Amino acid sequence: MIELRDVSKIYQIGDERVRALDHANLHIAAHEFVSVIGPSGSGKSTLMNIIGCLDTADAGEYLLDGTRIEDYSETQLARVRNRKIGFVFQNFNLIPKLSAAENVELPLIYQGVRRGERARRVAEALERVGLEKRSSHLPTELSGGQQQRVAIARALVTRPSLVLADEPTGNLDSHTSREIMQLFAEMHEQGNTIVLITHDSDVARQAKRVVHILDGKLTEVSA
Amino acid sequence: MALRMALRSISANKMRSMLTMLGIIIGVFSLVVLVSLVSSTTNSITDQVSGLGSSLITVSVSDSRGRPIHLEDLEDWIDSEEAISAMSPAASAMVQGRCGEKSALFTLNGVTGDYAEISGLKLLHGRFLKRSDLLSATRVCVLDRQSAETLVGYDDCVGAVISLGGNRFTVVGVTESEESLASFFNMSLTAYLPFSTLYRTTDSVSAEITAFTVGPAEGFTVAAAESRMKELLLERFGDEDACRISSQNIFEDAMKNVTSVLTILLGGIAAISLIVGGVGIMNIMLVTVTERTREIGIRKAIGASRRTILVQFLIEAVVLCMLGCALGVFFSWAVLRLASLIVVSMESLRFRLEPSVVILSAAFCFAIGVIFGLYPANKAARMKPIDALHYGG
Repeated sequence: MIELRDVSKIYQIGDERVRALDHANLHIAAHEFVSVIGPSGSGKSTLMNIIGCLDTADAGEYLLDGTRIEDYSETQLARVRNRKIGFVFQNFNLIPKLSAAENVELPLIYQGVRRGERARRVAEALERVGLEKRSSHLPTELSGGQQQRVAIARALVTRPSLVLADEPTGNLDSHTSREIMQLFAEMHEQGNTIVLITHDSDVARQAKRVVHILDGKLTEVSA
Repeated sequence: MALRMALRSISANKMRSMLTMLGIIIGVFSLVVLVSLVSSTTNSITDQVSGLGSSLITVSVSDSRGRPIHLEDLEDWIDSEEAISAMSPAASAMVQGRCGEKSALFTLNGVTGDYAEISGLKLLHGRFLKRSDLLSATRVCVLDRQSAETLVGYDDCVGAVISLGGNRFTVVGVTESEESLASFFNMSLTAYLPFSTLYRTTDSVSAEITAFTVGPAEGFTVAAAESRMKELLLERFGDEDACRISSQNIFEDAMKNVTSVLTILLGGIAAISLIVGGVGIMNIMLVTVTERTREIGIRKAIGASRRTILVQFLIEAVVLCMLGCALGVFFSWAVLRLASLIVVSMESLRFRLEPSVVILSAAFCFAIGVIFGLYPANKAARMKPIDALHYGG
């Protein structure tokens, strides 16, 4: 499913070269629920960007569903993100002008799904996160937890190979966090592959498998 | 879909969109109004000018190749050609005219009865020349108002007997003075005689017609009559150089020149203001792209390709331009209507929206939207998803 082989990423900040990922190796099988835990500056975000095809590695190999990502053009990367990956961000990243339903619909529009089919799948995804009654609300009219549910619906609507969550509970209170984590657990039970990136060990523990990241190096922590 | 998104983001920021469009609105407005004004004014002047013998076709024969044209030939052509309904020789002679004590220099025009119709002469008193006058070469003449008043002393002088070049003529009719460029520069007075009478009483005019005018039949254009006439003459003389045929109207040509220069000049100025408006669009689109960096990042993360983003922002710029264009056209229409109401006293002057300039300005706005939208849209499209996502938060 996901195969990282000796992946490195180096940033040049001023005169200093920062090795954000240092020969990282990672294998994630389908239907796994993996969390990556590490303090800030450990290379979490870089890892997430590379797994999410938002950025490409400087060295090493990344295979997603058996295909090498490094060779892809930007248009092909956009296609992969659209079809294979569902993102859930810390700050929800909904488009403020669009209603909940329209936000969820957006990736389907980019896929070129027909209108009727879109409406059906959007309703289905919103129902799954328990927001079917809020579909016409704007993000500003929703609570943080509800916004994150919309974002999860948007991630699920394309039936992606991988759901990639970056600190999904980082901006939420503990009660709401538990609800969201419950949702992730349900998603996992339904067969979704989930990679969750966090600095919170309580959150990380809810996954079946925990990977630790520090200074760009990955180490397995058995659950 | 993309169009709906564009309209939405434009209406999300109404005040700014309106101000942005202002440049385009003013540009389109000035373009449409100025060009429409020029063309409306020209049309009304042209209408007045075209009364001055504009449907006149003139033929002058330089070499008759032994087959000179006579009056009978003109009559035959009128009978046989359906495109031609009126013909008249155009021969003239200068003589001294007398009536009682008074005398004046006259230009005698040897014509047929058709001449009044061809050149649009208006009869004031009596009658114009008849076919019988030509057949029997009677000594009758038609004066124009100016000559009647100058020589006889009053305009209603039908029945008066005057002397032209030593021959006595009875005045049978008086017409309105002919307004032509020729009569404007000619200091002599004007009289119309039957052509047959003219060549019998004057040495300088022969029975061979060297110049004549042709009027198209009803339902036929000047051009149609002219081309038919050309064929007839080529048939007769077998040589294109034997005669010259023209249907030029000096007034119309001059007007056309003035108008096209004026249109280009005013249109050019308005076009410059449209370009300035386009720069305004580009400016605001750049601001929009920066403001919406995060949105672009989100869209790219969930799978929008460069092309999709480019098209989205390009459509937004074009829609902004076209909306401005529509508003500009609307304001122009309103102002032209208002202007028409104000100058309602001048009946011939009607200000109306010139459709061609509306189409032109729409096309121009579209082009401006694309040209000035391309740079900001491209800037948006080239943003890296991670940079855009982390922008400002």
